[in-house]
Amino acid sequence: MASDIIKGLGTTLREFGRKPVTVSYPEQQRSLSPRFRGRHALHRYENGLERCVGCFLCAAACPADAIYIEPAENTPEQQVSAGERYSRIFDINLLRCIFCGYCENACPTGAITLTNQFELAAQWPEDMVYHKEQMLDAAGVADRGNAAEWYPQPPEETPQSIPERQGFFDGSGASAAAVGQGDLEARKEILLGSEFESKG
Amino acid sequence: MGINDSDSASNRNPWAPVQFHANSQIPRAQRAAEPHSTGILLTQLNKLADWGRSGSLWPATFGLACCAIEMMSAASSRFDISRFGAEVFRASPRQADLMIVAGRVSVKMAPVVRQIYDQMPEPKWVLSMGACASSGGVFNNYAIVQGVDKVIPVDIFVPGCPPTPEMLLYGIEQLQEKIKKGIPNPPDPMAERLHK
Repeated sequence: MASDIIKGLGTTLREFGRKPVTVSYPEQQRSLSPRFRGRHALHRYENGLERCVGCFLCAAACPADAIYIEPAENTPEQQVSAGERYSRIFDINLLRCIFCGYCENACPTGAITLTNQFELAAQWPEDMVYHKEQMLDAAGVADRGNAAEWYPQPPEETPQSIPERQGFFDGSGASAAAVGQGDLEARKEILLGSEFESKG
Repeated sequence: MGINDSDSASNRNPWAPVQFHANSQIPRAQRAAEPHSTGILLTQLNKLADWGRSGSLWPATFGLACCAIEMMSAASSRFDISRFGAEVFRASPRQADLMIVAGRVSVKMAPVVRQIYDQMPEPKWVLSMGACASSGGVFNNYAIVQGVDKVIPVDIFVPGCPPTPEMLLYGIEQLQEKIKKGIPNPPDPMAERLHK
């Protein structure tokens, strides 16, 4: 009997000096994985054009049917994206969304990625429908989001081509090249390769 | 539940769609009024009571699906929901203040959820945790209630599939803010059917 009490007190004494495992969340935060999937962000090219070309591939890939897009045609007066169309309305119902990341996998231009912002809660369900204005990067910000975490960048000494994402052709240059927009200038030598130089 | 007592039950089209809007769109809900003022003395007393209530939200022990695992994780020592005074998961709804609807609510489970909600004493709050409870999530079918806010009034919606414990704690924080501000519960979606 007495030994049991001593044993119990021994446990107390042993645990007495141990640091608590609790992460006191609002003040200090657990370090998130680089591939953490929080709410979505829409990105731009270096020249300020939107990457989203309104192709509906993310909406088609979405298992929860959470993405609503209304596209509109680009005009020479108002060139919004580096393609024929842009998304006039881009809504994501975050209450439907299961944060699986299929949309960023499906996107041919790398326009949509999931950020690591997880502090999401609302009193009204319609407040959790995020609109394009809330998700789009500010003008002048050319961010690729966490794309680099998902798709390792090719080494510097790569002789040719830009399998920027998964080893197959990344459409970001193609859609931009279709209308002579996007960041084509920045990567002209990579896209056209050494053929030009050899002919010239 | 008001399903069978409709006068035109025989005339109803059984194949009518359960939902008339796209999944990505939610029709605008009727927003509740601002916190009502009840005079200087009572307002100050209410503030004190709300402060006390927000610091001891006892949830009902109630897990419907996988979100409940994250809810249990939030109660564990690493995230420690007791820092917000909400660690006492009560087995009886009569001792609970907060109902965390963690998981998908099937049509068969909806009356049970409603009954547990009705058994909770006022004041009571509901936190809808996760995509399925909030909107049906990926389960857009006849068996799952498309959002538990069609059955009981929901105070806070937390997205995620499932939400991490931090997301749940953030939702509880937002609920505490709401209680401290004295914002009333949203209107009861079943009020017309139940009190006809």
